[in-house]
Amino acid sequence: MLEKILLGKLTLSAIPYHNPIVMGAAAFMGLAAVTVIGSLFYFKKWKWLWNEWLTTVDHKKIGIMYIILAFIMLLRGFSDAIMMRLQQALAVSPSMGYLPPDHYNQVFTAHGVIMIFFMAMPFMFGLMNLAVPLQIGARDVAFPYLNSLSLWLTIVGAALINLSLIVGDFAKTGWLAYPPLSELAYSPDVGVDYYIWALQISGIGSLLSGINFFVTILKMRCPGMNLMRMPIFSWTALCTMILVILAFPVLTVTLGLLFLDRYFGMHFFTVDFGGNAMLYVNMIWIWGHPEVYILILPAFGVFSEVVATFSKKPLFGYTTMVWATVVITILSFIVWLHHFFTMGAGANVNAFFGIATMIIAIPTGVKVFNWLFTMYRGKISLTTPMLWTIGFITTFTIGGMSGVLMSVPAVDFQLHNSLFLVAHFHNVIIGGVVFGYLAGFTYWFPKAFGFKLNETLGKCAFWCWLIGFYVAFMPLYVLGLMGMTRRLNHYAAATGWHPYLVVAAIGSAIIACGILFQFLQLIVSIKNRNNPAYKDTTGDPWDGRTLEWSIPSPAPFYNFAVIPIVEGRDAFWATKQNNQTPKTKPNYKDFHMPKNTSVGFILAMISGALGFGFVWHITWLILASFIAIIVCVIARTYNQQIDYYVKANEVEQYEAQFLNRATS
Amino acid sequence: MTIQTIEHQHSADATDIFGFWIYILSDCILFACLFAVFAVLHTNTFGGIGMKQITELPYIFIETMVLLISSFTYGLSILALYNGQKNRVLAWLMVTFLFGLMFVIMEVNKFIHLYLEGHSWQSSAALSAFFTLVGTHGLHVSFGLLWMLVLMFQIQKYGLTSFMNRRITYLGLFWAFLDIVWIFVFTVVYLMGVI
Amino acid sequence: MSEHLEFDSRSQKTFKSYVTGFILSIILTVLAFVLVKQRFLSDSLLYFSLALLAIMQLIVQSICFLRLNSGVEGRWSLMPFLFAIFVIVILVGGSLWIMYNLNYNMMH
Repeated sequence: MLEKILLGKLTLSAIPYHNPIVMGAAAFMGLAAVTVIGSLFYFKKWKWLWNEWLTTVDHKKIGIMYIILAFIMLLRGFSDAIMMRLQQALAVSPSMGYLPPDHYNQVFTAHGVIMIFFMAMPFMFGLMNLAVPLQIGARDVAFPYLNSLSLWLTIVGAALINLSLIVGDFAKTGWLAYPPLSELAYSPDVGVDYYIWALQISGIGSLLSGINFFVTILKMRCPGMNLMRMPIFSWTALCTMILVILAFPVLTVTLGLLFLDRYFGMHFFTVDFGGNAMLYVNMIWIWGHPEVYILILPAFGVFSEVVATFSKKPLFGYTTMVWATVVITILSFIVWLHHFFTMGAGANVNAFFGIATMIIAIPTGVKVFNWLFTMYRGKISLTTPMLWTIGFITTFTIGGMSGVLMSVPAVDFQLHNSLFLVAHFHNVIIGGVVFGYLAGFTYWFPKAFGFKLNETLGKCAFWCWLIGFYVAFMPLYVLGLMGMTRRLNHYAAATGWHPYLVVAAIGSAIIACGILFQFLQLIVSIKNRNNPAYKDTTGDPWDGRTLEWSIPSPAPFYNFAVIPIVEGRDAFWATKQNNQTPKTKPNYKDFHMPKNTSVGFILAMISGALGFGFVWHITWLILASFIAIIVCVIARTYNQQIDYYVKANEVEQYEAQFLNRATS
Repeated sequence: MTIQTIEHQHSADATDIFGFWIYILSDCILFACLFAVFAVLHTNTFGGIGMKQITELPYIFIETMVLLISSFTYGLSILALYNGQKNRVLAWLMVTFLFGLMFVIMEVNKFIHLYLEGHSWQSSAALSAFFTLVGTHGLHVSFGLLWMLVLMFQIQKYGLTSFMNRRITYLGLFWAFLDIVWIFVFTVVYLMGVI
Repeated sequence: MSEHLEFDSRSQKTFKSYVTGFILSIILTVLAFVLVKQRFLSDSLLYFSLALLAIMQLIVQSICFLRLNSGVEGRWSLMPFLFAIFVIVILVGGSLWIMYNLNYNMMH
């Protein structure tokens, strides 16, 4: 009886002792955790960790932490991918493969959830945190404390997913958890609850970031930088944040209603008592479609920056780029039904959304042409970011075309939920989102850390990713057309699918090499960081065009010693062209910076406890966490000393240090 | 305080208030979803009662007036803020709080009655949607009331500093927004429910 | 001294705005309730009128209580507000259209 009150539904049998794969993964995670914690003790770095990282409100550090999260979760999401490819390559009848269906279902669900929510989204927010304030000449974002809170909420969401591997199950429903399968009657275990709470908690983080960056970009640009002089990455960031602000509440509500069904016995999406499961599908895709544009627009922004920098030319058609981005933002709200043409809304509805989907391809086409025209007659240097860009242009175009194919409802009736669909979205997500973020990572790495990444290893990584992608996913297009459905655990030999799936598995192994090269690249570059070939002494390793390259690398905590005044686009390039090195000493002023705070970290940890309590129905934990959150929020409002002043002479000293470092 | 810091504070205030406004817009989307769900499900009564049987128009009218009055009295509090009259601000906030509390009590009372009569959120999709939409609004109002209490304590302690000004403005936006959402609740849920 | 006068005129304007908003809102609300109580309109006309009254009250409260306007500062608040309304109309209208069609085709 006491156990029930104390632990809710949680028992020791929640830990899957009999599952060697899970136990192996758990052991690996445990080892990693022990190594990290052990090192912190050994090197006595707890205080440093707390002061410099856990309580920081510096957007650059927050950006770095987001990207670290993204890379760690990439490993987990990719392991799921390898497991799936292996299973499908092996499970041709009479073999059943090595993964029982129960487990396989959790793997493909986790793969989707992790890659979208805990790899791609954090990577995106990480790049925005790193680059946007620097691009617009600001010293920080509009709401630094909320920025920290968003980061830690996302991390806690990821932690819940990882916890679900060891304690209990994860959802077996696919990454969008459609009812009725995700309702209590058909998913009585805690998997869907882990899913709901991981996403609700990180979803709040995303929404807060959306508001944060939207306000930052609109209100904190440096003097002279009107919206049409802003770097394109900041434009795409702005439009992306609009999508986040408008779409994420829909996700919160939809998952909230699913939670109410499961936890309080309500009937929004149940099969009886008047519930309507189709309503869930409708609502979740109202969020889901803008979500994919949330992922791709920043990648487009990265490509615009990279292509201009490495062609030594201004971006072709800046104005049309901006308009294309805005049009995509607006149109992304009127296409969502194309994700469920087959659910039965009828010809009229399908026709409207099909046509709208075709239309949305047009502004994207405009962008591709603009990138090509930027490269035309430019002085192109084929650095790693440029390679990612060229790889993207070809790969994403193919993916886009397969999307336009499926925008015809009649065609979609054949291809919906087949491997053709799976190939399409991986085509655009890997070719677009992943390539874009990796390009951005390589491009802005020197600004964040003060040294460049190894070029050769970067190129090896790129080629493995590119070739691996095609080998892994082109067979999937064929399989889709041959009739293979997605999420199949095993299949008959007579289908003839087996050889294609073997090729696909080999492709995933090649991608694995790509990831390996990336980690190698990091290790080698870090080892050589003081080597002159790697070190970025000027702050401008690529001969860049925009403001972030005008400050030292790594950027000082205050970003700009003097807020720049801008007179046109590509402001830094103009400064360099006119040889505008100031002859007189800059006029330093006092300015204020936000203080570090532990509240973001603490609130997120309590939210994690709240989520865990909900998952396992531990009532006291839920109530206690809830009250603790309210108390913390109120307590924080009593703190009126949330920023501090940096004096002009302090800035002068910092800047002198940088000058010394640069010239030494 | 120097002119610089006053100017800086003013533009920082404008940015913060803008940010809060954007949050309010995201909350509008949240309510829009709940309305959409209600609109789709409100006829799925599974043989049980529907909005026609639940709605007592006079009761709802009183609730509406109570909330509207509280919106107006909050406005009077803001006016006192402009005139720097701390005690007036506190007085009108107190009045607003009492009206808001009355609203919540009336709503909870209704919910309890329904539950005791055997009509709960578990009875049908329609009732799930009803309780969730109206309940979410009520929850927002309750949070607003808690916020108002804390704010009153802080004004008493710190006086009408720029910090407090900003927060009174935030809550004002929030409170007005809740009244606007209620317009649609009483129209769509109750008035249209009895047609 | 001039600050005091400035406050006064701003206060006056705001007070007028609040009172106007309050009275208009009461009128619009009473009208809506009376229309439903008395039922002298046909059903579809009634729905339409109620929607119209609600939208009118939304506008009244936005202008009078939220002080949304098209002035220089107000524009920053107005633009996102209008875009949010656009999305809300699509979200609610689109969902109703889709769900109606799904119900018709799939549940009969």
